[in-house]
Amino acid sequence: MIRFENVHKRYPSGRDALSGVSFEMQKGEMAFLTGPSGAGKSTLLKLIALIERPTRGTVLVHNQNTSRIRRRQIPYFRRRIGIVFQDHKLLNDRTIFDNVALPLVIAALRRRDIERRVRAALDQVGLLGREMHSPLTLSAGEQQRVGIARAVASRPDLVIADEPTGNLDPGLSLEIMQLFERFNKVGVTMLIATHDLDLLDRLDHRRLRLDSGKIARVTADV
Amino acid sequence: MFRRTSHYCSLHAQNFLGAFGRLLRQPIGSAMTVTVIAIALALPAGLRVLLNNFETLSGSWAGAIDFSVYLNMEIEESRARELATELEGRDDVTQVVFVPREAALEEFQSYSGFGDALDALEQNPLPHALIVRPAVDSRDQIEELAEDLSELAETDLVQVDTAWVERMRSMLLLIARIVDLATVLLALAVVLVIGNTIRLEINNRRTEIEVVKLVGGSDAFIRRPFLYMGLCYGLSGAMLAMLTILLSLFTLAGPVRSLAGLYGSSFALRGLTPEQALWLLGTGAVLGWAGAGIATARHLRAIEPT
Repeated sequence: MIRFENVHKRYPSGRDALSGVSFEMQKGEMAFLTGPSGAGKSTLLKLIALIERPTRGTVLVHNQNTSRIRRRQIPYFRRRIGIVFQDHKLLNDRTIFDNVALPLVIAALRRRDIERRVRAALDQVGLLGREMHSPLTLSAGEQQRVGIARAVASRPDLVIADEPTGNLDPGLSLEIMQLFERFNKVGVTMLIATHDLDLLDRLDHRRLRLDSGKIARVTADV
Repeated sequence: MFRRTSHYCSLHAQNFLGAFGRLLRQPIGSAMTVTVIAIALALPAGLRVLLNNFETLSGSWAGAIDFSVYLNMEIEESRARELATELEGRDDVTQVVFVPREAALEEFQSYSGFGDALDALEQNPLPHALIVRPAVDSRDQIEELAEDLSELAETDLVQVDTAWVERMRSMLLLIARIVDLATVLLALAVVLVIGNTIRLEINNRRTEIEVVKLVGGSDAFIRRPFLYMGLCYGLSGAMLAMLTILLSLFTLAGPVRSLAGLYGSSFALRGLTPEQALWLLGTGAVLGWAGAGIATARHLRAIEPT
């Protein structure tokens, strides 16, 4: 599903965010990306979503060499990836329904299908019945769940999440992680960046530890 | 296939309605922009309407230049009437109107502003006159007719002025050229105003654009609502411009009618023809779309999620 081959990323500022990163994730796998802030977790996820391009090395996603994807093709590439953000990036001037429906509207699904899928996604994150409210009426944890519903609404086979629990207390964080596990059980490949090690101790998945832009350690499934 | 097409159409309809909705949600800002656009469209369009009216007017004058034939003072009214009938028999004359000297005096007194001065005169200084409307319109034929009329024994003076019609025509041509120039400049202004408005709108919706790009929105998908917004601005501006022109013509109609009455004409201002109205709407729509197109081409690419 994902393969990094000796990937380097240097930002225009001259900072090396990643240097010589190689790893592989199988289809249907769930893994955590850990490490201190500034270790390169976000950069790694950005390379997967083509928000950034590697300076050197090869990134393969869906068995596709991302360096061959041209600018115009990026939107179609991104439609196959669900992205969850730390600040959930919801549009507050739209209803919860419209937020979750966004990727489906973009994919030009028919109205009936959109409604069905949005309900299904909101049901999975436990927010069915709140569709017509603004995201601002929700708590932080609920807002993040809307963000997750949006990421999975178009049924991507890969979901990446950047510090999805960064703003949440431990109880809510665990809930979110268990939600990810449920999606993983139905076959979605999950790569989650987090620095919340206490939380990870309660979940047994492979961990990729980044330190100063290098893979420091890979912990196999317990 | 049909389903895809109708789906595509419904997406565009949604975008169009959505754009109008956005305009309505910021009523004051939108109203100001629309007014600026309307003024920029109404100026050239209104000038053009006035110009058309003048052209019609000068055309009708050129086609029917009346000769004023002033008869000798000693000619009696009965002879003058006979002469009128004789002249009307000619092939190159449409109509002859006899103006008795008393009527001429009366008219002169009421319209010229010399009423009091004329009262001081002991007798009517005006002769009988014939207003001859030619049936021909080439310059040679008109000159021939004028010559014939002046050679009549009863004629004192034949007055016909074609030169001023020519002069007015070339002046109208010049004015038409100036209006063309103004049209181009103001069209450019409309494009820039809409372009700038859309640029601000793009900046305001930066976060939204980033999010849409992150969940896979193509450039076309992101561009579309802005293009429709430009279209809405252009169309609304054109409609307001139409209203402005109609109101202005309505205000001018009265004075124009009394002015035309002074010249013995039944001329009335003509408003926008349906074709002109469609042209105005179409121009507004195209300029709006173009302005938005330029703004999106320049600014959307620069917004990338980070």
